[in-house]
Amino acid sequence: MEQDTPLAPSRTSWLRQLSPAIPVVMGYLPVGFAYGVLAANAGLSVFMAVLMSLMVYAGSSQLMAVSMIGQGIHPLSIILTTLVVNLRHMLMSASLAPHLRKWRRLQVIAFCFELTDETFAVHSLRFEQEGAAAVPALAVNAISQVAWVTGSLAGAATGSLIQDVRPFALDYALPAMFIALLIFQLKKRLHIWIAVLSAGLSLGLWSLGLRQWNIILAAVIGALVGAGVETWQKRSS
Amino acid sequence: MAETILLITFAGMTLVTYLPRLLPAWLLRGRTLPPFLVAWLSYIPVAVLAALLLPSLVVQENTMNISVQNLYLWAALPAGWVAWKKKSLFGTVLTGMLIVALARWLLK
Repeated sequence: MEQDTPLAPSRTSWLRQLSPAIPVVMGYLPVGFAYGVLAANAGLSVFMAVLMSLMVYAGSSQLMAVSMIGQGIHPLSIILTTLVVNLRHMLMSASLAPHLRKWRRLQVIAFCFELTDETFAVHSLRFEQEGAAAVPALAVNAISQVAWVTGSLAGAATGSLIQDVRPFALDYALPAMFIALLIFQLKKRLHIWIAVLSAGLSLGLWSLGLRQWNIILAAVIGALVGAGVETWQKRSS
Repeated sequence: MAETILLITFAGMTLVTYLPRLLPAWLLRGRTLPPFLVAWLSYIPVAVLAALLLPSLVVQENTMNISVQNLYLWAALPAGWVAWKKKSLFGTVLTGMLIVALARWLLK
């Protein structure tokens, strides 16, 4: 009987399992850099700017926080705003929960600490297609946070030199990432309708003044309609 | 802001960010969920990503900009095309950024 050489296949499969981290890194380096620049301009030291990326690790709320710190807004309102902005992760955490059934507690604790919009999108696609292996998922998460911290460090260190990140289009990395991750999730026609509905709701609620709540509300309602239509279709068929 | 107050702010932000990330997975992972809840959770990725995306394209400096002058919207077309055709996250991000950088440079 022929036997595979043990090294070669495992090496390629490792590369393949870590490959989802590459685009996240590509997005996080520039956006982390932009955050670092803004943090430095808001008066944070390099150490503090990096510390926030290590502790909080949440892109949009970190960007919001440094601008609030720069304006001298009370810490309690910064924390409350962060809570509201990051509540959406409850939905992501819940939607990945069934995949984490067989994981060890410590793995879940570590995994959830690094659960961001982008790592969530990557994992939810991955878990669906190939099952939820803990170690590669944790590795993808760790690589992603390293990229975020590295970008933050570079941005904070050069911060005072760069006032405007717009000429480099670094500000478009995150929206472009959402475009791709959303399109990858569209697997049936109902998904497209739910995406349109949720996007419209999110913007509609925002313009009605629900500036922090729009995302989570739109997602809850959009998914509810999706589940409702799906259940109804199954019953009538 | 003084360093101590900053540290307290960071600690608070960490807590309110981590708990929503951890608790649902922690509490739900061992359970068999009712079918409707499973269906609802399966639509969460699409719904939440769409809800994140549109405002990130259309809201600039706290005002809504849906016009032909919105570069983000224009760049979304080729970026979306690359995502759809090539299935490449990397390629999509690169295309979007290149178009935006190029347009800003040309329109300056």
